[in-house]
Amino acid sequence: MSDNKPKVAFYWCASCGGCEEAVVDLNEGLLDVAAAVDIVLWPVALDFKYSDVEALRDGDIAVAFVNGAIRTDEQAHIARLLRRKAGLIVAFGSCAHTGGIPGLANLTTKEKIFETSYLKSPTVDNPEKTIPVTKTTVDGVDATLPGFWTQVHTLDQLIDVDYYLPGCPPMPNSIVDAVTAILEGKLPPKGAVIGSKKALCDTCTRTKPVKPTLHERFYLPHEIDVDPEVCFLEQGVICCGPATRGGCGEKCIQGNMPCTGCYGTLDGVTDQGAKLVSAIAAYIDGDSAIEVKKAVATILDPAGTFYRYGVPASQLFKKEAMEVTK
Amino acid sequence: MAEVKLLTFVCNWCSYGGADQAGGLKIEYPSGVRLVKVMCSGRVDPQLILQGFRKGADGVLVLGCHPGDCHYKSGNYSAQKRMLLLEPLLAQFGIESDRFQLNWVSAGEGERFGKVVNEMYNKVAALGPLKLTDSAVKEETA
Amino acid sequence: MRTIVIDPITRLEGHGKISIFLNDAGNVEKALFQVPELRGFEAFTLGRPAVDMPQITSRICGVCPTTHHMASTKALDDLYGVEPTPAAKAIRELVNSAFICEDHTLHFYILAGADFVVGPDAPAALRNILGVISKVGAENGAYVIEMRKKIRKIIEMCAGKPVHPVFGLPGGVSKRVTEEMRKEFQQISKEAVEFAKFTLKIFHDAVLGNKDYVSLITGDVYYHETNHMGMIDANGKVNLYDGNVRVVDPTGQEVVTYAPRDYHKIIGEHVEDWTYIKFPFLREKGWQGFVDGKDSGVYRVAPLARLNVSTGMATPRAQAEYEKMYATLGGQVSNHTLANHWARLIELMYCAERMVELSDAPELTFDETRNMNFQTPAEGVGIVEAPRGTLIHHYQTDEKGMMTGCNLIVATVSNAAIICMGIEKAAKKLIRDGNVDDGLLNMVEMTFRSYDPCLSCATHALGQTPLKVEFVEPSGEIRHIVTRR
Ligand code: SF4
Ligand code: SF4
Ligand code: SF4
Ligand code: FES
Repeated sequence: MSDNKPKVAFYWCASCGGCEEAVVDLNEGLLDVAAAVDIVLWPVALDFKYSDVEALRDGDIAVAFVNGAIRTDEQAHIARLLRRKAGLIVAFGSCAHTGGIPGLANLTTKEKIFETSYLKSPTVDNPEKTIPVTKTTVDGVDATLPGFWTQVHTLDQLIDVDYYLPGCPPMPNSIVDAVTAILEGKLPPKGAVIGSKKALCDTCTRTKPVKPTLHERFYLPHEIDVDPEVCFLEQGVICCGPATRGGCGEKCIQGNMPCTGCYGTLDGVTDQGAKLVSAIAAYIDGDSAIEVKKAVATILDPAGTFYRYGVPASQLFKKEAMEVTK
Repeated sequence: MAEVKLLTFVCNWCSYGGADQAGGLKIEYPSGVRLVKVMCSGRVDPQLILQGFRKGADGVLVLGCHPGDCHYKSGNYSAQKRMLLLEPLLAQFGIESDRFQLNWVSAGEGERFGKVVNEMYNKVAALGPLKLTDSAVKEETA
Repeated sequence: MRTIVIDPITRLEGHGKISIFLNDAGNVEKALFQVPELRGFEAFTLGRPAVDMPQITSRICGVCPTTHHMASTKALDDLYGVEPTPAAKAIRELVNSAFICEDHTLHFYILAGADFVVGPDAPAALRNILGVISKVGAENGAYVIEMRKKIRKIIEMCAGKPVHPVFGLPGGVSKRVTEEMRKEFQQISKEAVEFAKFTLKIFHDAVLGNKDYVSLITGDVYYHETNHMGMIDANGKVNLYDGNVRVVDPTGQEVVTYAPRDYHKIIGEHVEDWTYIKFPFLREKGWQGFVDGKDSGVYRVAPLARLNVSTGMATPRAQAEYEKMYATLGGQVSNHTLANHWARLIELMYCAERMVELSDAPELTFDETRNMNFQTPAEGVGIVEAPRGTLIHHYQTDEKGMMTGCNLIVATVSNAAIICMGIEKAAKKLIRDGNVDDGLLNMVEMTFRSYDPCLSCATHALGQTPLKVEFVEPSGEIRHIVTRR
């Protein structure tokens, strides 16, 4: 492998594997990427030990792409290690960027998760009320499990992140754009999301009125027969398009379903959910508080709808005082 | 009762006048009440409210002109829609509805200003300081 | 005591880890298969609208998101008391078949196939897709990649996103199929059948043509007498999308056939404190521990189990191959774990043939993709066959359709007990007197790989499941022995 090729690392933390599928979906494009860089770390593809990475000089890796949220000590360790060894850290996909769907767990508690899974499920048969523990012995041998954190965290809550690649998962075109920008050194300012600056609505081709038509109530996608030509919000179905970064190719809209916001929010927005509150509120009819309340009550799960991919990144979860490894 | 901070947005055209008059009338309210003047209640973006909580407010109060009196016609109605939509959202994050209110105070209502602010402050003080989530660093065992 | 840790850092709703404990004589004392992660989907989905579940639960696994989406959507049908329209059924089953086709392909060529095509004890550097390609030729390698891409296109065109689909709604799907789309699907489906033939030929030549492999498959190391579970249609044939679920014992005797709604009467889940994964078992037989035999509650799922519970395949080419397999293995039921690979390829053929049937079906392009005659929701169960076995989603809601209860039994969870047992048995047979080498360890790993426990991620394309082997001396000192690249 040639030395002048940039060294690249891929790593996943609490990830579903969909981000890796997205990389594989580059198909032939993957070969181009593989030819342009020197992949030094890809745990599933290559043997990986901490010591291999530790042996590298600090900053030796040009770019590390990290997907998945942070949930365990092990993930935190590796994230920190990569921060030391890599010139650039790119948070890859919604989970690393904003916490992702597994981040919805922050709306419940660790105790409830254990209770639901091991004690209360309709199939569980557990008269002794056994609960997995981090250290135990089985037939005389010691077995350990990593501890389970109480919260899901975004990557940048733990380490300093240089760039973000949004999406659950990022679409192949977004991946190619980002990798090209990095390889060609055409990088936006540090801390930027690499992607479109426009809202999804700006490129969505569904017809929408100049001024929103006001609704007395909202619908879940199954409750109405959606017109595939007309804006979802216009039909009273919550669509996250107005506050979501474009660039995915309107994938869900193409599937005749509303956007759920996986590309995260726009530059300059401090809170995705709060931004959506403003956007959606504009579609509510009535000046009387009672009427408005009625309409609002038809949005059954505002937190899960407006922060589907971003509970851990919301202002209400962010910890500004968090110690960041530079 | 605990010392708390009540972030209070007042609109330039009505509520600020109300606060001013309250001052003139020497109506007392706790030092924990922090006033922020905005042009209109309709300019209070929900992002600001969340940032307020994040930066240490234990309660957020938004004051605007009475319905029909907004200088920009419908700013207070917009504010109302957002607030009513924000409320159930905050509840899901465990933020009690008493920490969060929209109310109307006109320029001539110094006394009303005092009453609204004091009542709200007392409710928030009864709930005590708002605790948002802990950081990851503390969770580490290794 | 010394410990060997095989830590493949692979996804299985997170990572999976195998630890093998040796006694002082260097023989295997105990082997553990641990799942060190828990994400709590059953808990954090409570309070969300049930109709969001197909999209939320697909994030359980990015390798088989389509299957979760499908099981979830079927649970919504049941929850809202609606029968999907004929068009919806055809579209869903087409997507499901395409998905399994693609996933089985990936598994054979990229993960497990390497063990056979290249050889189970071949040098690690060759035991991967590159090795497979060098064996079958680069041209054929490109063919595999091209086919995978085409089959995935069907999913994307019907379901919205390629990785996490969005099209599932109670009683239907969000998007209809046009005649133009049909033409493309027909073309791809025909190619898929050719591709399945090609793949079976490789299997026959490279594996069945080799006496050593056949004796490996039919030998004792990978043999376990357990119950088997899988879905069947009204004629008792394998069905991956819809039907009742049948359970047979190791001899092929029926234990029970149940409707999805009754799953919880049939299956119980045992909890151990050393792993986050639960161990499902047949309630009728009870949890007897990690043991073989007719009386054990342990059951397994995945392709071989599906074929074992069925009376055959519903399509001609797959049926012919089915007959060939049982003729070779003997009997109506096979307890040879490695036969999963053959069964998987029979299913690959079945899915390809089914894609042809569905892309020709008139109802595929009907306008009505949704039935909206909803009943008040309360409870719903959806079962499909994932590439890796029976997948169960069970929801309870209030009358507004908001989740109040959620239970998920994922295929790999159903196989957790047998994977533990298989690993221990293989380890005991293969590791003797402290002799541990790479090939042996791979053969231990083959047992769990045969179930494809959700680690068939295509990123294996560039290498091999990494394997870290450590001997921990009684002093606690770790001596590094074998690493595999
Ligand atoms: S961002 Fe989405 S696709 Fe990527 S790991 Fe997270 S859930 Fe999976
Ligand atoms: S709200 Fe949704 S449907 Fe409407 S224009 Fe925006 S992206 Fe398109
Ligand atoms: S439409 Fe929205 S949710 Fe769908 S892929 Fe695009 S950004 Fe993500
Ligand atoms: S100016 Fe007072 S609320 Fe608009």
